[in-house]
Amino acid sequence: MSAYILRRLWQMIPTLAGVILLVFFLFNWIGGDPAYVLAGLFSNQEQIDSIRAELGLDQPLHIQLWIFVQQVLTFNFGNSWTTGESVADIFATRLPASLTLMAPLLVIETLIALVLAVGLAWVRGSSIDRGTMVVFTALMSVSILVFIILGQYVLAYRLGWFPVQGWSDNYWKNITTYAPLPILLGLLVSIAPNTRLFRSFVLDEVDQDYVRTARAKGLSEPRVMFIHVLRNALIPVITFVISNLPGLLLGAFLLERFFGIPGVGREIILAVERSDFPVIKAVTIYVAIATMVFNLIGDVLYRITDPRVQLR
Amino acid sequence: MQTSVSNAVAPAQFTASEGAWALAWRRFKSDKVGVWSGITVALSLLLVLSTLLGSVAHDWEKEVAVSHAPPSWAIGTPSTANDAKALPEIVLYEPTPTDIVDPIAAQWESAQKAVKPSGDKVNALATSLPMGSDKWGRDVLSKTIKGAETSILVGLAAALMATVLGSVLGAVSGWYGGIVDDLSNWLYNVFHSIPGILLILAIAAVLNTKGTMAVVIILGTTGWTGTYRLMRGEYLKHRHREYVRAADAIGASNNRRMFVHILPNVSHVILVQFSLLTVSCIKAEVILSFLGFGVPVDGVSWGTMLTEAQNDLLVGIWWQLLAATLAMSIFVTALSLLTDSLRDALDPKVIH
Repeated sequence: MSAYILRRLWQMIPTLAGVILLVFFLFNWIGGDPAYVLAGLFSNQEQIDSIRAELGLDQPLHIQLWIFVQQVLTFNFGNSWTTGESVADIFATRLPASLTLMAPLLVIETLIALVLAVGLAWVRGSSIDRGTMVVFTALMSVSILVFIILGQYVLAYRLGWFPVQGWSDNYWKNITTYAPLPILLGLLVSIAPNTRLFRSFVLDEVDQDYVRTARAKGLSEPRVMFIHVLRNALIPVITFVISNLPGLLLGAFLLERFFGIPGVGREIILAVERSDFPVIKAVTIYVAIATMVFNLIGDVLYRITDPRVQLR
Repeated sequence: MQTSVSNAVAPAQFTASEGAWALAWRRFKSDKVGVWSGITVALSLLLVLSTLLGSVAHDWEKEVAVSHAPPSWAIGTPSTANDAKALPEIVLYEPTPTDIVDPIAAQWESAQKAVKPSGDKVNALATSLPMGSDKWGRDVLSKTIKGAETSILVGLAAALMATVLGSVLGAVSGWYGGIVDDLSNWLYNVFHSIPGILLILAIAAVLNTKGTMAVVIILGTTGWTGTYRLMRGEYLKHRHREYVRAADAIGASNNRRMFVHILPNVSHVILVQFSLLTVSCIKAEVILSFLGFGVPVDGVSWGTMLTEAQNDLLVGIWWQLLAATLAMSIFVTALSLLTDSLRDALDPKVIH
């Protein structure tokens, strides 16, 4: 196992190098000269030159690349171009809000989707199953924007059940007052696709021999479905959830934006709007690293939960 | 997907066996949901085509009604717009009684006449329309159709770009193997390790040019990974099949074997991928345009309509939101259901 983990870590190096190259290529080659953006509308050549020197843009490309690699390895991306805050600080301060929103959302959505998936797989092929699948397809085709716009308008603005937006420094107040509506809307959006996916995982299991054996020895159908089948279907579910954790951080960017939650996702949108390259570069690199690491964790967990799987 | 002769109906006389596509078509026809969603998608595409040719919704920008005219079927109902009026209005300018003479009244009147030559036309603005009007008095129905054109075309173009990229790369990678495969796999790993939405936003940030073409490029260059993986797998599988070896024996070139012999046999995978990608590209376009990184303000797409609709909703104007949402949901649902049916019909291994 440790040999496998070591090899996987070793294989990450070329991928990481690729990500660094891709980001460098995007921002230094396609992105144009940021000095003109930074210097503003009324700037003279001197100002532009000084900004270029400050950012290292007057250096040849390979030296710029080397500077960038150093930044990645030392976790030091310098300061945001718009607020002057250090990029590391931005993440440290925005992460708690994102986690407050996403952790409960992830747990609740996974549980609900699992129960629904097993339930639907139980009555597979029936009109309930097919009807629900059509409804879910329809739900998935409504843009997430519509859910948020309508939810915010009806539940918060008109009915006043929730605050329209806001965030405080108090964790307890956030989780009880400000987070529930975004979480609710997040659930509405994510349960349909997750249930569809988990249902297919469960359906992969229901025709296996061990299920027939369980029925043959007279176990009740709930026991077969919720103990025997569910346990095995959980394996791909765990892998899926784990490897999607880093993406989750950004997944809520629309929720964070609409509800004024100072999280990582909203910060990225702001950075894109302001062409704040250091922030976007840092997010891209670190989320990519996190994705690779969590993919590995997912695969290792797969191996632990299912001894039949051979890792190569 | 070789056809089998055992399918021939009449045993007495030899009839040519049906092709894979004919079989798939027969399976598809028996799927009611699939057929209806197929018809819906076809009609929508026809509508898009007619907008392109300019026969429908070409005058969507014309002011045809008063600002925020309600839908004609919702006039009688107490709309939320009336509630909104109950809110305390901030009056910035109090019109004074008639004793004050407007010094430029005469000039103003003539200027007005110059802009709108006939006085009747001003009165001809409708007070209600089938789907209401927007802030500038434009017909929401035409606007939705025009928006459908943008959104669907962007979705199709981006999906086409991603599918072609993924298919060609996957085919070459699976067929040649070796260093080509290693390189493509490396590229795949790089793109795959960055969550899609982040890559989309990063490219949007550097491109910094708004427009439909930018959206197509962003979504096309980020969406190819899934297709690549599937196609590579298919080519690996088919590479050593007998019919490919036979083609090799009669001297077919690499390109010919890849694209004339194998491609038709894996085309069902491409078709399904294409329609899956179209759905996700349309959704992504809507979000990008909404955030202001997509279709520019002077254009119209379902995404820009949602942006306007969000502001409208605060004063109780709900019809634009309804129109854009309905149009998008109908098309995307139909396309998703069609994709499911296509997949079932094209995969002979699925038991019906």
